[in-house]
Amino acid sequence: MMSEALSVDPLVLLAIAGMALVTYATRVGGWLVTRRMVLTGRMRAAMDAVPAAVLTAVIVPMVLATGPAETLAAGLTVLMSLRLPRLLTVALGMAAVVGLRALLY
Amino acid sequence: MPPETMSDARASALAVLPAIIAMIPFALLLGALAAQKGLSPLEMALMSALVFAGSAQFVAIDIWTEPAPWVLLTVTALLINSRHLLMGASLAPKIRHFGTGASLVALFSMVDETWALCEQRARSRRTTFVYMVTMGAVLWVNWVAFTTLGTFVGALIGDPAAYGFDFAFSALFLTLIVGLWRGAASGVAIAASAVAATGFHLAFEGPWYIAAGGIAGALAGALYGPSGDLVTEAGE
Repeated sequence: MMSEALSVDPLVLLAIAGMALVTYATRVGGWLVTRRMVLTGRMRAAMDAVPAAVLTAVIVPMVLATGPAETLAAGLTVLMSLRLPRLLTVALGMAAVVGLRALLY
Repeated sequence: MPPETMSDARASALAVLPAIIAMIPFALLLGALAAQKGLSPLEMALMSALVFAGSAQFVAIDIWTEPAPWVLLTVTALLINSRHLLMGASLAPKIRHFGTGASLVALFSMVDETWALCEQRARSRRTTFVYMVTMGAVLWVNWVAFTTLGTFVGALIGDPAAYGFDFAFSALFLTLIVGLWRGAASGVAIAASAVAATGFHLAFEGPWYIAAGGIAGALAGALYGPSGDLVTEAGE
């Protein structure tokens, strides 16, 4: 049990190292570069778009390619997030998907 | 310790408290899902300690398979955390007085929440090294502790889909996307990403649809044109 809890797979370690390295690079990268130049115009617009675009892409299989219950629950989640705190929105979104699956499937 | 340092540390810890309370359930959930994907508690602890990036870790666990697809995981982390580049660029003039070594330490702890708090503080008075690092350290300790705890508690949860936990990632990211909304430019980027990612997801095996969506969104953002609050913010 203890040895299981403390086990580290070499490939997992490699993945963690890779993720850690690029993440730290992004944390210091913007700070390093702005000492010499400032991103402007379309380049900055592209950078600006990346976070929302990536988050959107990540949830596409669940939200747009699973079924009507998931797509509807996603719509409800967006509406709720306009008014409600994040944690409550997520909890209600989860409840919505459970309810809609029971109704529709 | 000089009294100014003490008061900075105290103000910093207080400022980050709401973020920590909000983070704890997600940290437990992340640990639980990681355990279901076969990660050991130590592997979870290592990832949280070294990567220390909530959304990137959630996505990583979401797309995790065995054996660990380390190239994909690294590229995905890079794409998701590319927002740090802008955040760091914006913060750079406000931490110029830190010096290089201190900046390299402080920037390790830069996450969305601490970045926003430091930007906020810089509007009224100087953001100090102690202020930035205290909140970073408090958040880091809690993040590592609760994600690791989640891997143990996770065994009690059972089938995540029965409680809608399989939808938790999507719901969380939807709230983040709404939070990132900056008008029409965001709509264009999100739409381009959704179209490209859906196409790639349906056409190709494996989670490369994430890169496809991210790149399509960035291209759409560039084509739509210069925009956004971060431009003026970083130009200061």
